[in-house]
Amino acid sequence: MSSPIEQQTGSHTGVHVESPALLLTVFGGLMVLTFLTVWVSGLDLGRMNDVTALGIATLKAGLVIWYFMHVRHSTILTKLAILTATFFVVLLFGITLADYLTRGWLGVLGR
Amino acid sequence: MSEAHPGLEHHFDSYDQQRESAKLGMWLFLITEVMFFGGMFLLYLIYRWRFPVAFAEGSNHLDVTLGAINTVILIGSSLTVALAVRAAQLGKSKALVVLLILTLLLGGMFLGIKSVEYSHKFHQHLFPNDSFQFEGTSPNNTRLFFAIYFCMTGFHALHMLIGAGIILWLIPHAWRGRFNANNYNYVEGFGLYWHFVDLVWIFLFPLLYLLGRNLGTH
Repeated sequence: MSSPIEQQTGSHTGVHVESPALLLTVFGGLMVLTFLTVWVSGLDLGRMNDVTALGIATLKAGLVIWYFMHVRHSTILTKLAILTATFFVVLLFGITLADYLTRGWLGVLGR
Repeated sequence: MSEAHPGLEHHFDSYDQQRESAKLGMWLFLITEVMFFGGMFLLYLIYRWRFPVAFAEGSNHLDVTLGAINTVILIGSSLTVALAVRAAQLGKSKALVVLLILTLLLGGMFLGIKSVEYSHKFHQHLFPNDSFQFEGTSPNNTRLFFAIYFCMTGFHALHMLIGAGIILWLIPHAWRGRFNANNYNYVEGFGLYWHFVDLVWIFLFPLLYLLGRNLGTH
């Protein structure tokens, strides 16, 4: 019973209903990570404090995007759009920080 | 809309196509939001890298307990939204209404706690206007931290207010049993938006509240 457009693209995604057990497990994981990031921030790890805080935040974001936002059941097109956005965010941060973070390296006159 | 396919707009071939189009459109909007907040995160990173001590001193004046409680509340509201999308898919109208109201209450709690925090900051003269006062190594740079704090959390709170408005608009539709497996795009789209607001907070909380805790409050 697929429509012409589905026959052309071969996409028949249907509706994926997540089980409450899975959603609750993900929520539990997010709570554990929240507790962990508060606890770790009280320890003096030097530069590793920033790395762990951002690492845990990225992991939490990944859980929300993958499970709560249903990306795991999304079409390739949606995934591609999200990857493209990620790529441009990395460009934005990468190129800007490559400038600011390296300005002191060469002792350029006038700064 | 035709009689045979309720809720299917005439310019779509099938419910699948309609659903995927709506989802992709919502993601494209969220991508513009990522760029909007991304610019502010970048601003924060550059100034934090430039003035690490002043930023840590400012950060230590934020209430970690209230921030952590708000994190739990907001992630909890993401759970109720995820369950609400599920209820919409299954056509369970009453469960959907209850979950939407729960989400609204959790969002209201978050904003309530946020406003308590804001009023503390005003009383402590930490709002970056002419009355700003701070005892620290470089008050002007700490003032910059609070400018970024109010800007980013303010835009985040504005997004939550808009989300709350969307919930109020969704509830009557849900009550009339408008959503089912074929037609739950409004709930799904709102869900994606609410989760995005949660994502922003997931990064704001460690960056604003937790950095510099290891340096001690002295």
